[in-house]
Amino acid sequence: MSVDYRKITLDGLWHNNPALVQLLGLCPLLAVTASVVNALGLGIASTLVLVSSNLTVSLFRKLVPETVRLPIFVMIIASFVTAIELVMQALTYELYLILGIFIPLIVTNCAIMGRADAFAVKNPVRASVLDGFMMGVGFTLVLVLLGGLREVLGTGVLFGNMHLLFGETARSWELTLFDNYPGFLFAILPPGAFVGLGLMIALKNVFDARLERRRRAQSSPIDNAPSKRVRVTG
Amino acid sequence: MSLIRMSSPHVYKSNTTSNVMRLVLIATLPGITALTVFFGWGTLIQILWAGVLALAFEATILKLRHRPPGLYLRDGSALVTALLLAVAIPPFAPWWVTAVGVFVAIVIAKQLYGGLGQNPFNPAMVAYALLLISFPVEMTRWTAPFALNGDGWPIASFVDTLGAIFGSAESLWYDSFTGATPLDELRHRGGLTTEEAWRQSQVLSVGIGAWYAVSAAWLMGGIFLLYRKIITWHAPLSMLLALMICAGMFYGFDPDNYASPFFHLGTGATMLAAFFIITDPVSSATSNRGRIIFGASIGILIFIIRTWGNYPDGVAFAVLLMNLAAPFIDLYSQPRSYGHTTANKGRGGKA
Repeated sequence: MSVDYRKITLDGLWHNNPALVQLLGLCPLLAVTASVVNALGLGIASTLVLVSSNLTVSLFRKLVPETVRLPIFVMIIASFVTAIELVMQALTYELYLILGIFIPLIVTNCAIMGRADAFAVKNPVRASVLDGFMMGVGFTLVLVLLGGLREVLGTGVLFGNMHLLFGETARSWELTLFDNYPGFLFAILPPGAFVGLGLMIALKNVFDARLERRRRAQSSPIDNAPSKRVRVTG
Repeated sequence: MSLIRMSSPHVYKSNTTSNVMRLVLIATLPGITALTVFFGWGTLIQILWAGVLALAFEATILKLRHRPPGLYLRDGSALVTALLLAVAIPPFAPWWVTAVGVFVAIVIAKQLYGGLGQNPFNPAMVAYALLLISFPVEMTRWTAPFALNGDGWPIASFVDTLGAIFGSAESLWYDSFTGATPLDELRHRGGLTTEEAWRQSQVLSVGIGAWYAVSAAWLMGGIFLLYRKIITWHAPLSMLLALMICAGMFYGFDPDNYASPFFHLGTGATMLAAFFIITDPVSSATSNRGRIIFGASIGILIFIIRTWGNYPDGVAFAVLLMNLAAPFIDLYSQPRSYGHTTANKGRGGKA
């Protein structure tokens, strides 16, 4: 069976993006994206878990009985989450405190379980690792974008507190975009995350519709009416 | 000769959206006048600024949505939304507070849901609630009624007010014109009883008349709308009655800790909400019985939020909560249709 690596990459980053298309893992997505550093921290942790769980599930895919596969996946994922949690506690203790309950909650992130059950259990190791990585990167990109949007709107500052993740040199990365910014509390509060994510999904759909129309116009100049798209969730 | 087949009713008066909106705008005139007389030019400036912004945002988003802007702009609904928001925010609020509010009301709360008739929430109240939680300092800086500032008619001049709204953030001279509202004052009275707070506070003993007058002006506008049959009595009356009964009960048992029903009716946004906000045909319940439930629930919620909540006034939150419940109320308050012995209630068609 040949594996289309290009398709896996594009699916993870765009066409089947866990946050924008599958709408999975929304709980951490909405809860921790108040700033770039929080978003990036959780994104990296999720990506690491995704890659490792996909790798493990794919390795043992022929040994796992179909009927009890879900509990087994949960145990695999939980083990990796615990490991990541300990690593974060050791390396980035302050960020670990800020993210709090959302690190152990990565276990319940449906995106990870979804990829294990929809992809890794059916595909060879290399493809599964790539899929986990690309899905993780796609998720992280959305997290960081939303985090940046909310941070700028809410506080007028971008990349604040980056030293929590990258050490003391990153303190100077902080960009003050607006002086005397009065602060926009709404963007920091959870409703701001919902509205922000909604706008990002809308933007992606607009972009997709544009691409689709251009593609159709190129392939057949007459029939360029938009067709109904089917959403495939993993 | 062709026969045009028409269904009943055969006699009707054309009441277009723009007609309704024009009458609503006329009905707000007493309220706006009262606000201007007692609290200065700020309200008028806010209304003008919000109106211009609302038309601009509405036109832009209609263009983006490929709708004919002229047709939808002429219905005046954007102006009504802008006006209701502008009278709700403090007269000295900086220009960008109004701008953010109008943007949220028109673009997010109204047009992104599909435009007039499709919005589940009252746009002006969405914007107000958002502003209140986002900019607590700016949104709680209400103007004091002129009676507290000395003899004559000592309000800030038009040009000064304009400068305060559109000027830089440093122009804080207008702090001398601002003060707590009666609801604020009664909320943060420490251990005082209602009567003691009343005697000690300037706003309550001297200035309260201004708020009563503004409420009376909104009431006048509301009666005009009732007279022209733009709104029905169900929602406003049930809301005011519910608020009065709640406040009356608590005041009757414990007048030291609770405010009188008259105080609740005459201050804050009670009258404005009763006649101009909860009567919004889009986001409220549709049947008459539904409107009574809708209005009464808002009245109770306003009392609860004012008395035990974190914010001094709870109209916006009460309205939004009940907007959320309006479809559910509709489902259970359908009137009996002709030819049926019982009404179709609930999802399964049976009560």
